[in-house]
Amino acid sequence: MIDKTSASIFEAIKQIQDGATVMIGGFGTAGQPAELIDALIAHGAKELTVVNNNAGNGSFPRQSDSYEFDKLYYAKKIELELVPQGNLAARIQATGAGLGAIYTPTGYGTLLAEGKDSKVIKGRGYVLEYPIHADFALIKAFKGDRWGNLVYRKSARNFGPIMATAAKCTIAQVNEIVPLGAIDPEHVITPGIFIQHVVAV
Amino acid sequence: MAYQRLTREQIVQRVAQDIPEGAYVNLGIGLPTKIANHLDANKEIFLQSENGVLGMGPAPAKGEEDADLINAGKEFITLLEGGSYFHHGDSFTMMRGGHIDICVLGAFQVAENGDLANWHTGAPDAIPAVGGAMDLAIGAKNVFVTMEHVTKNGEPKIVKSCSYPLTGMACVNRIYTDLAVIEVTPKGLVVTEMVNGLSFEELQSLTDAPLSRE
Repeated sequence: MIDKTSASIFEAIKQIQDGATVMIGGFGTAGQPAELIDALIAHGAKELTVVNNNAGNGSFPRQSDSYEFDKLYYAKKIELELVPQGNLAARIQATGAGLGAIYTPTGYGTLLAEGKDSKVIKGRGYVLEYPIHADFALIKAFKGDRWGNLVYRKSARNFGPIMATAAKCTIAQVNEIVPLGAIDPEHVITPGIFIQHVVAV
Repeated sequence: MAYQRLTREQIVQRVAQDIPEGAYVNLGIGLPTKIANHLDANKEIFLQSENGVLGMGPAPAKGEEDADLINAGKEFITLLEGGSYFHHGDSFTMMRGGHIDICVLGAFQVAENGDLANWHTGAPDAIPAVGGAMDLAIGAKNVFVTMEHVTKNGEPKIVKSCSYPLTGMACVNRIYTDLAVIEVTPKGLVVTEMVNGLSFEELQSLTDAPLSRE
């Protein structure tokens, strides 16, 4: 029997090693896996590369930590690679789908495309952007089952489904673990193939 | 000494033994599809179908068929409890993004470096159809091939270099034929099993590419 549910958040989080690349879902606080982030901080893995939509807008990694990020940034103790939001989503999706790179119109001719290859296709400029890979993704969903099938709630879905496809190991925190078959197969947003651990919080 | 070739049924039974619990598996059209009938019912194995199904179950009972629930070979199927439906973009994300543990495909030819030819004989009058084979060949973590060891005319199908158009380069990991199980390794083709009564020399004589023993 396959059971991806974990009784303990820490059991799921402790495999994150120093130097790992970790995607963290959420747009503002919606979809932010706050309990998983707390566990990661308590676990204490260092030198992480975090892929997240929230740095610099007051909620990285948690809303309450924004001043920490600002402090580290000004002290040059944290490096920030800025990515336009649509390119962030597309580069995450590119990893999930096994693509080698994408041509995107966003950012062409701007500061954020400096030094990058570009191409004019049918008269419009595009920048060559590479996929973003992760060792782990920490995401928040609404309900999950033991095979890892997930449904989300309202606008908390945001980055969860695509980050789940782009990480070697995705840990989903859910409000409720439901029996297999309780989620309508037409309503599964993230099929279990993309999920390694489900933790109820 | 005389040897007995495996039947097609026995080939798929043999492959089914190597599919572990928890594996995400895509079974190609034709012979590989029949592997589903031989999977250990006590193991939870996730069958994915390129047309947007994960958790494929057995064929429905007569009269229970649903025209909207079919597999890649357009046969009627059922969905297991815990299965899901999704669109083609998501389905091929699974297949190309390295999320499928094992795919099993048929083949016209496999080369000693793992090149696969299974979509086109190159015949000038053939109407080619490629479907999802090229995506699976390069996208699955492990690519297994099931096929007869030689053609109906007795020509080897395991060759030094494919003469048919390729489906994918250096993508096959293991070959199951009616005579042997062969691993594709960086050192070449390694025979791990042979049918009873078959000598290594006989097997080599039916194989164009050089073989070695475990």
